[in-house]
Amino acid sequence: MRKSLVASAVAAAFMMPSGAMAQDSIKLGILVALEGAFAEGGADGVRNVELALQQAGFEAGGKKIEYVVAPSDTTPDTAVRQARKLIEQDGVDIIIGPLSGSEGIAMRDYAKTVPDKTIINGISGALETTWVDPAPNFFRFNLDGAQWGAGLGTYVVEEKGWNRVATVAADYSFGYTNFLGFAVDFCRAGGEIVERFWVPLGSSDFGGVIASLPDDVDAIYLGVGGTDAINFLNQYNQAGSETNLIGGTIMADQTVLTSRGRAKDALIGTPTSGPLASDDPSEAWQNYVKAYQEAFPEDERFPSPSLFGVGYYIATLAALQAINEVGGDLGDGQAALHEALSSNPLDTPLGTVELNENRQASGSVFITEVVDDGEGGLKNVFKARVDNVTQTLGMTPEEFRAMGLPSRDNPDCAALGGGG
Amino acid sequence: MKAFVTRHPTWSLIIGFVVAVLLWLIFAPWTEGMEDVLGRKRVFLNAIFGGVTLGALYFLVASGFTLIFGLMRNVNLAHGSLYLLGGYIGFEVSERTGSWLLAFPVVFVVVALLGLVLQNQVFRRMEGEELRQTMVTIGLSVVLADIMLWIWGGQSYTIFAPDWLSGPMTLPIVSGYRSSGEAVMLKYPAVRMAILFAAIVVGVAMWLILNRSRLGMLIRAGVDDREMLAASGVRIQYVFLAVFGFGAGLAGMAGIVGGTFQSLSPGEDTRFLLASLVVVIVGGMGSIPGAAIGALVIGLAEQLGLVYAPTYSVVFTFLIMAAVLAFRPQGLLGRA
Repeated sequence: MRKSLVASAVAAAFMMPSGAMAQDSIKLGILVALEGAFAEGGADGVRNVELALQQAGFEAGGKKIEYVVAPSDTTPDTAVRQARKLIEQDGVDIIIGPLSGSEGIAMRDYAKTVPDKTIINGISGALETTWVDPAPNFFRFNLDGAQWGAGLGTYVVEEKGWNRVATVAADYSFGYTNFLGFAVDFCRAGGEIVERFWVPLGSSDFGGVIASLPDDVDAIYLGVGGTDAINFLNQYNQAGSETNLIGGTIMADQTVLTSRGRAKDALIGTPTSGPLASDDPSEAWQNYVKAYQEAFPEDERFPSPSLFGVGYYIATLAALQAINEVGGDLGDGQAALHEALSSNPLDTPLGTVELNENRQASGSVFITEVVDDGEGGLKNVFKARVDNVTQTLGMTPEEFRAMGLPSRDNPDCAALGGGG
Repeated sequence: MKAFVTRHPTWSLIIGFVVAVLLWLIFAPWTEGMEDVLGRKRVFLNAIFGGVTLGALYFLVASGFTLIFGLMRNVNLAHGSLYLLGGYIGFEVSERTGSWLLAFPVVFVVVALLGLVLQNQVFRRMEGEELRQTMVTIGLSVVLADIMLWIWGGQSYTIFAPDWLSGPMTLPIVSGYRSSGEAVMLKYPAVRMAILFAAIVVGVAMWLILNRSRLGMLIRAGVDDREMLAASGVRIQYVFLAVFGFGAGLAGMAGIVGGTFQSLSPGEDTRFLLASLVVVIVGGMGSIPGAAIGALVIGLAEQLGLVYAPTYSVVFTFLIMAAVLAFRPQGLLGRA
């Protein structure tokens, strides 16, 4: 008798917390690249999820919010494996991630196999993720790679007078997509693309490509990021080249600007475009930067949040707002949560974001230029802002569809009114 | 060399022909027809030099790796971590003292010491158990990678070459003609030429030590038959220590080179481990000239591939490796 009492008490002690937890807490799985070219950006993503959760007191919709981090290495198969681990082993309700373009496409397909869970994109920017056969439970609150490039083309033609460019960009989906945004705009403004070079992601030696760049161009567009960008700039310096540069969105991100060594100095004066400007004067942005800087000691963060960080922050905000909206009710295959995510405008540090019928955000793009900050470092300064950039870059969905998906040869510059 | 020519007259002829064509392509002025097929000569020359200098870097990493394998039958999968560690330490030294050259001896000594500790404290305890040693080196590489991530963080580091090596230098090779008929000389990054020169010096020195010194004789004897060497009274543990320390130090110095013309960040360790594995598989495990040829072939394949067939450039190295494994599994200069 006594023995069984003890046994049941022990059993109760074990049962109670876990039973209570299943009801009172919601688990987020953070799928983020912590290896490879974007490792440092990925780490900033994790920091920003923590920041958003801290600000909410680790609570939403009356429930405790917990999170699990699953590291990937920017390859789609690792991303899916880690996502399965999050859902099947860790039992998470919502996945926030992934970080890179081809991972995003893999996760869109994976999302369809778990219709009663929710995936909120981290910062991956492939157009196809929400454009081609989108998954009903995959939500993207950041602009896609093509949107990030919008506005830069007009800017370099009109403000800088650079009409002829050669391009070097990474040979994968984000490289194509980000380039498409720039090229559509650049060609519509009358620019000419003389030659296009595509380099494999993870290339570390660009000597041959640098030598192949034509001499008679106004500028070179660089659509590489992370360590690839630093390797390129380093070798570009060593080869003594001095043409103007135009940066793709990840070319002059914090990951590149905070790298150690002097390779990055070649970027001074380079205009880039992207979903954020670190000195954006708007109040929402300034408050967010302040919160970020206060939340982490100076040597454990970037001077201001990186592109990757902001993406994960906004994705977490979206999750928290939707959980609040449905009062923490994830029943019925999370149907109410999906509805809340897709229908409510979200106030973010980058302005209000609304999702379209593909659950893809429309929002603002910022044009910035790299300058010396006077303390031996580099920073981006705000130059212009283009609002309401839609998924179809201002075209109708039919026109945009007719143009075709981003690829090495798309867009056709001449067809858009440019040359080349 | 002579023995090779008498044994393989056909192969010698083919190799000689390829080398002659390459030299002719490099030094001869190009006609317009050739430029139509191969693109501008400047591009071709840059790809060739890029490949050769990249091969020099691969050689520095892989020669230590192949030496350690040849003597101790120890596949040191932590070799890439030693490379990355050397690079980071080199960055710190050159940043603090302002001297790029000083970084080389400092890094060599520090990483070689780490190599000595590893050999003496870890691998010696499991001598002859090759699988166990290999597993332990994988474990060590994971631990070292995390420690380096902890100390240096995830950002990229580039080591700045000194002023006398920054920018391009002019080589006495004609890369093309201006419309006025004036010859344009090839401009190439000075630092990469310096590294190529250094790699050749290191390679020749290693060859001399191996073939002309007493230590080299012991090492060669150890590669051939370890047990017999030990039985004849040589303190083989000291030979092991010397080779492991030297190989580790060389990998560390290669880290500085890599940090100067590429960059350092987490993940570079496995990239260079993979590169050295491919190089020694192609060249032949345990052979220094094999490592040199393997490194040259892989470096050239990567660079020519990137320029002339960017889509498939990643595949070329592995195609070469597969071809070597299929037709000459012991490697180009390896012994069966």
